[in-house]
Amino acid sequence: MSNKILDAKVPEGVLETKWTKYRSTVPLVNPSNKRNIEIIVVGSGLAGSSAAATLAELGYKVKVFCFQDSPRRAHSIAAQGGINAAKNYQNDGDSTYRLFYDTIKGGDYRAREGNVYRLAEVSTYIIDQCVAQGVPFAREYGGLLSNRSFGGTQVQRTFYAAGQTGQQLLLGAYSALERQVGMGTVKMHARHEMLDVVNIDGKCRGIIARDLVTGKLERHFGHAVLLCTGGYGNVFFLSTNAMGSNVTAAWKAHKKGAFFGNPCYTQIHPTCIPVSGDHQSKLTLMSESLRNDGRIWVPIKQNDTRKPTDIPENERDYYLERRYPAFGNLVPRDVASRAAKERCDAGYGVGASKMAVYLDFSFNMDRYGKVEATKRGLVDPDAKTIRELGKEVVKEKYGNLFDMYKQITGEDPYEIPMRIYPAVHYTMGGLWVDYNLMTTVPGLYALGEANFSDHGANRLGASALMQGLADGYFVLPYTIGSYLSNEIRTQSISTDHEAFVEAEKAVKERLEKILSIKGSKTVDYFHKRLGKIMWDKCGMARDKEGLEWAIKEIQSIQREFWSDVRVLGDANEFNPELEKAGRVADFLELGELMCVDALNRNESCGGHFRTEYQTEDGEALRDDENFAFVSAWEYKDANQFELHKEELHYENIKIAQRSYK
Amino acid sequence: MSEGTMSLTLKVWRQKNSTSKGEFKTYPVSGISSDMSFLEMFDVLNEELITKGEESIAFDHDCREGICGMCSMYINGRPHGPKNAITTCQLHMRSFKDGDTITVEPWRASAFPIVKDLAVNRSAFDRIIASGGYVSVNTGNAKDANDILIPKEDADEAFSAAACIGCGACVAACKNASAMLFVSAKVSQLALLPQGKVESQKRVENMVAQMDVEGFGACTNTGACSAECPKGISLEHIARLNREYFSAKLTSNNV
Ligand SMILES: Cc1cc2nc3c(=O)[nH]c(=O)nc-3n(C[C@H](O)[C@H](O)[C@H](O)COP(=O)(O)OP(=O)(O)OC[C@H]3O[C@@H](n4cnc5c(N)ncnc54)[C@H](O)[C@@H]3O)c2cc1C
Ligand code: SF4
Ligand code: FES
Repeated sequence: MSNKILDAKVPEGVLETKWTKYRSTVPLVNPSNKRNIEIIVVGSGLAGSSAAATLAELGYKVKVFCFQDSPRRAHSIAAQGGINAAKNYQNDGDSTYRLFYDTIKGGDYRAREGNVYRLAEVSTYIIDQCVAQGVPFAREYGGLLSNRSFGGTQVQRTFYAAGQTGQQLLLGAYSALERQVGMGTVKMHARHEMLDVVNIDGKCRGIIARDLVTGKLERHFGHAVLLCTGGYGNVFFLSTNAMGSNVTAAWKAHKKGAFFGNPCYTQIHPTCIPVSGDHQSKLTLMSESLRNDGRIWVPIKQNDTRKPTDIPENERDYYLERRYPAFGNLVPRDVASRAAKERCDAGYGVGASKMAVYLDFSFNMDRYGKVEATKRGLVDPDAKTIRELGKEVVKEKYGNLFDMYKQITGEDPYEIPMRIYPAVHYTMGGLWVDYNLMTTVPGLYALGEANFSDHGANRLGASALMQGLADGYFVLPYTIGSYLSNEIRTQSISTDHEAFVEAEKAVKERLEKILSIKGSKTVDYFHKRLGKIMWDKCGMARDKEGLEWAIKEIQSIQREFWSDVRVLGDANEFNPELEKAGRVADFLELGELMCVDALNRNESCGGHFRTEYQTEDGEALRDDENFAFVSAWEYKDANQFELHKEELHYENIKIAQRSYK
Repeated sequence: MSEGTMSLTLKVWRQKNSTSKGEFKTYPVSGISSDMSFLEMFDVLNEELITKGEESIAFDHDCREGICGMCSMYINGRPHGPKNAITTCQLHMRSFKDGDTITVEPWRASAFPIVKDLAVNRSAFDRIIASGGYVSVNTGNAKDANDILIPKEDADEAFSAAACIGCGACVAACKNASAMLFVSAKVSQLALLPQGKVESQKRVENMVAQMDVEGFGACTNTGACSAECPKGISLEHIARLNREYFSAKLTSNNV
């Protein structure tokens, strides 16, 4: 392996003024030239919609693509808990620096300082922008915005709209996007899937997309292409992601020269509804915000089969509060997930499968109930009245989540504790990008969850929405100037250019190949097998032996897929099974790279836990001497990847063993 | 919790594309657990069909947790099925009994042409939003968020309107295929907030005009929309839209 050093192009100078200075010196494109520049945005989630709307407002010609039937349905819609911003509205000592610090520490010192500081800096504008659009954030009686706490922080900086924050933010960005569609500055292509990028003379110049309704392949030119295509958690088959979430766009870009950053950094979210059977198609998150008001516990006795409400207080182990008194139930996700796994593996798990822990609201319902009773002047209210009053408060904060839980499990979380278990949720890895959000292919950018930036080895709650909107509203529209200012003389390239013709031909052949196999196994069969390997060997705990085995096993599934998959129907019609097959084929290649990356990183950090590298009390043991770098993988050929490194330098934060005790 | 498995008979609308003629086809399914979701039951059926060499049934879905608004099945004569205030993907098989026959159709409305089987084209909703369902504020124009004080009641009411997921069940439920509930939810959300007030007159006129262009029917206040809406969007929003609309028309330049 050669170890070429990558340049992230972070501007020189003091941390606090890097961005402001850079922003005011980055080359601009004048308005009349903007009208001739075409930009392709793939993805209409928070990152894509916000970027597309802003670029169109600035005067560029924009085309947007998404695979759902409407841009409003991008997976960002499902985000529940909230969005961070260093507003310090609660006067609890928050600041840009503190958000920056929390994010670097939360990411276990594996994120780039310059990017993270910029993220913290622009976070406050996001809230202003969203409120101006009419996003109905939660408010206090005085009319001011309300905040809650999320994991890995000791301040209240999370803005929210009940348990539907992602929905409200996305509908805000979507309305800005549709406004531009109405004005004719954005052309929207819904039910379209990008199936390749087109490079000409070393620069990205367009994409090949498939109209999912007619099956027709289309060529689209752009002076620049933005991939805002979300995360790849579905490589595990079961995850909290939407069914269509996929790696295809990023993977095609990877195969055309974009390096893939830290593919093995996966976030396993501690509070999800446990698996109930083989039929399960996806897992449902119970927002981290619930950890504000819920206490996590297991019985002190192993294999305790009593009903949770029959287990007395002194026979419960509030293990997070016990192990991490300073942060308690609000430790970061990687820590909380591992702690739950540890208890269940040791035989303290609950529920039929024994692979669950309790998330209990009774304590806080009573606390709220008492406050309410006092507010209403009730003297000596009985326990039942207190509980009822408390229930009302909890219902207002999390009603939709409680309803969702009840709908799925058939149990009422107001009466008995929720059963929860960790599930795959978010991917910190993604396309490697520099400070401008450009990949290693000139003119090809990656925004939102699709890129690797900002979260290091573990993302803090409520920071993905922040990053997606920061990238789209406030970062890329500036940084893209440094590239496009040199492109003003580039005329639109005809899509008859041989690069387009060839790319389309390759896409067509691949679709035909999939349809021609006519094998015996369904697409889901392969996806489930891959998912199980990934979960067992590249999930919450990883080791050398398991990863080596997984790589071989995945390679053999790849071969089996290409000789035995059965996909019916045609390429020139609406064919969801064919779409799925293409995505699973890409997941099979990505899964291998994730294992390769996990095997290469001989340390534990954040969500990447190698059992060989842990402290005496079971915490992740980093190796800063040898692994303080970003792994950026270059695709060489089938099953061949070359490692490049971006060294991480900490000039403003003292790198330390992460402690939440 | 699991209570054994069920066998059911499904009558499903099959239609190759928007121009072909469709028909009901009958499929028996068995081994269905009560913990499965309705869409997971379709997954099981589709796997069986593929194994038998028959094409799977196309249906729209994505988040499978009631928020993206993509799923859209008309089940036993009701959009999103027999239970109130949930989407198709949130419907669980414990709501059915062993031996039941279940009829499944796509949304039926001329403004929502069928794409294939159970999937329809709802892009008309996007065009209605593009005609005015926004606040005209460019990125970077905003002042500090807490400079705008909004009474909690108004914020909550705006939020309850903004909860609409754009699924189209209201249209499918309405005998006139009217989109009034969907449109009113957006008009109402923005009319309740100071940020949206400025443009409220133009907004309501444009959105109602676009709704007519798209071929949705008239609202005759039957209320089936709200009763079937998975997010419980209230008829009060239609009343608010009407007030906005009439006051706009009184002063409008565009009559
Ligand atoms: C259940 C859940 C809850 C969450 N809650 C929170 C939270 O409370 N706070 C927080 O900060 N984060 C949360 N997250 C994480 C956060 O929601 C996501 O990281 C973020 O929304 C991703 O946004 P995005 O714009 O990058 O991508 P997405 O919203 O996933 O959008 C991807 C877009 O790309 C399109 N696309 C993908 N592939 C293709 C292709 N090949 N061709 C064409 N189009 C394509 C899709 O159609 C879609 O429009 C949550 C995540 C989940 C799963
Ligand atoms: S108003 Fe209700 S039924 Fe109609 S689109 Fe919105 S959520 Fe769906
Ligand atoms: S699949 Fe998203 S609402 Fe049903």
